[in-house]
Amino acid sequence: MAYDKFTVLTSTAVPMPIENVDTDQIIPARFLKATERKGFGDNLFRDWRYNADETPKKDFVLNNPVYSGKILVGGKNFGSGSSREHAAWAIYDYGFRAVVSSFFADIFKNNSINVGILPVQVSEEFLIKIFSAIEVDPKAQFEINLPDQTITILSTGEQESFDINGYKKHNLMNGFDDIDYLQAMKEDIQSFAEKSLY
Amino acid sequence: MNNTSSTLFDKVWDSHVVRKIEDGPDVFFIDRHFIHEVTSPVAFGGLENRGLKVMFADKTFATADHNTPTINQHLPVQDPLSANQLKALETNSAKYGISHWGLNNPKNGIVHVVGPENGITLPGMTIVCGDSHTSTHGAFGAIAFGIGTSEVEMVLASQCIMQPKPKKMRINVNGKLAKGVTAKDVALYIISRLTAAGATGYFVEYAGEVFENLSMEGRMTVCNMSIEMGARGGMIAPDETTFAYLKGKDKAPKGEAWDKSLAYWKTLKTDSEATFDKEFNFDAADIEPMITFGTNPGMGMGISKHIPVSQDTASGNASYEKSLNYMGFHEDEAMLGKKVDYVFIGSCTNGRIEDFRAFASIIKGRKKAEHVTAWIVPGSHVVEQQIKEEGILDILTEAGFQLRQPGCSACLAMNDDKIPAGKYAVSTSNRNFEGRQGPGARTMLASPLVAAAAAVTGVVTDPRELL
Repeated sequence: MAYDKFTVLTSTAVPMPIENVDTDQIIPARFLKATERKGFGDNLFRDWRYNADETPKKDFVLNNPVYSGKILVGGKNFGSGSSREHAAWAIYDYGFRAVVSSFFADIFKNNSINVGILPVQVSEEFLIKIFSAIEVDPKAQFEINLPDQTITILSTGEQESFDINGYKKHNLMNGFDDIDYLQAMKEDIQSFAEKSLY
Repeated sequence: MNNTSSTLFDKVWDSHVVRKIEDGPDVFFIDRHFIHEVTSPVAFGGLENRGLKVMFADKTFATADHNTPTINQHLPVQDPLSANQLKALETNSAKYGISHWGLNNPKNGIVHVVGPENGITLPGMTIVCGDSHTSTHGAFGAIAFGIGTSEVEMVLASQCIMQPKPKKMRINVNGKLAKGVTAKDVALYIISRLTAAGATGYFVEYAGEVFENLSMEGRMTVCNMSIEMGARGGMIAPDETTFAYLKGKDKAPKGEAWDKSLAYWKTLKTDSEATFDKEFNFDAADIEPMITFGTNPGMGMGISKHIPVSQDTASGNASYEKSLNYMGFHEDEAMLGKKVDYVFIGSCTNGRIEDFRAFASIIKGRKKAEHVTAWIVPGSHVVEQQIKEEGILDILTEAGFQLRQPGCSACLAMNDDKIPAGKYAVSTSNRNFEGRQGPGARTMLASPLVAAAAAVTGVVTDPRELL
């Protein structure tokens, strides 16, 4: 699945200071019935976003017009639980291109990169600074620089660097995915398979 | 390099690396790929768009489970979206020559139940599926973990995925489990101690007397829950219990091939000098029947205890309060005696024959509490058959319970088996997330014994009183 190349993203951010945001919250199972990858953004955080009668829940951040942007900032252990890639699709489809947290669940992190969302893991302290910056000014701008592997709070100039392996970074910056790489090494895989026990 | 210093995990991982990418992941070869209706259609669509084929159809196995009804399976599936998804699995499997156990196939059932019971899962294998509870298969000494749909597409196209090697953790539980304490309680206890993110980034090996003494069903329950503390997977070294379970299974090796495999499987254990990045030791005597009180599986406690106060918890106060508010519970309250509206026994965690035997051991000679709705869902048709053959169905019927048909059911509530908003369920499944079992549903995770005790008394009850 092709996605937009990621280099430098400058945007406001949407704060969600909740820990253990699991993928069932990001997209509940009853919305996983599609056989094509489209329209998942409509159901992003469905049960936090809408009442049973489909009216928006006013106190939920995505329904608050004060907050917007391409960066979602979540609490610790973001994306835990189910492996459903639909969670990453929903976040992407809604318009986010990066998710920032102090800790990500493994599968969600992989899925995000595979669909073109950059997961930015920062320290607890820096996460608090980000939340404060948004609290002071919901229109505060942040810069996520993938080539430099930095995230900057533009209003204060505070900056932190983040980790990503060189291979995945290269993929994201060029819009490549793993299948392109794997297709190019099929002969090696074939000969490996021939020696395999199972 | 000293060969005596590898762990079980190293042995299996290292023998499956096709290529190491510098400053990147390993290209990791997959022996078995399970697929189901929910996380595979977009992957097949991706193959189609790129004009690719399935590289090794004989290493891929499809079963319908997540989105299937658990009553009237002989009738057409009512929900058009669900029916469409099931049809897509069938069509894609046929198109690429993949084995497909659809609805009404006697082999059908939950993917993590049917894999092992048919001998598709074997020690030393690498196994993936677009489902986080793939960790279940680690019970056989396999490296098994859940993947996303992009990765499903990768495995279909190339039988490989790109994975950095996780760090290694060992969890030792020694001593003997007390009466009424099951594999599920061990899992919930460990998760409550490590928290829901305590093993993220790690692959776990479970070791010690407790796991050695567990049946394969019990080991599967423990490995299944590994993801609930963030671990990609968990595994247990294969031993005589494993070999006895596998011998004669449909797709397990036979004759000479069995002997050859067995010789290899016996080498699959952690060497005494091997080290782990992290190690935990627990005592079986500290574990009592467990129940969860919050909205992640790390929020569990001994059933006789009181709900912890937030200062004593690892998660932040705000998240903790949000969680208790959702459940309608308060700090320092007892869980015993709380009213239960629904009981669910089933899922890839506790949907095997041993679980229904445990459930029956408590309900035998008792009656279902009138106000409780109980959903009894076998993990597969094979389990369903065993329930009938062993007389468990008679015990269920006599006590006022009905047996449903196999599937994931109320574990994720994708089908019609949804717990209504605000209602309390004691569930043998694996996740108590907000809305997991239906919008607004309130889930308490527990063992089949605790579920049975709740089903007959109508309140949270210590099963040891009924044994």
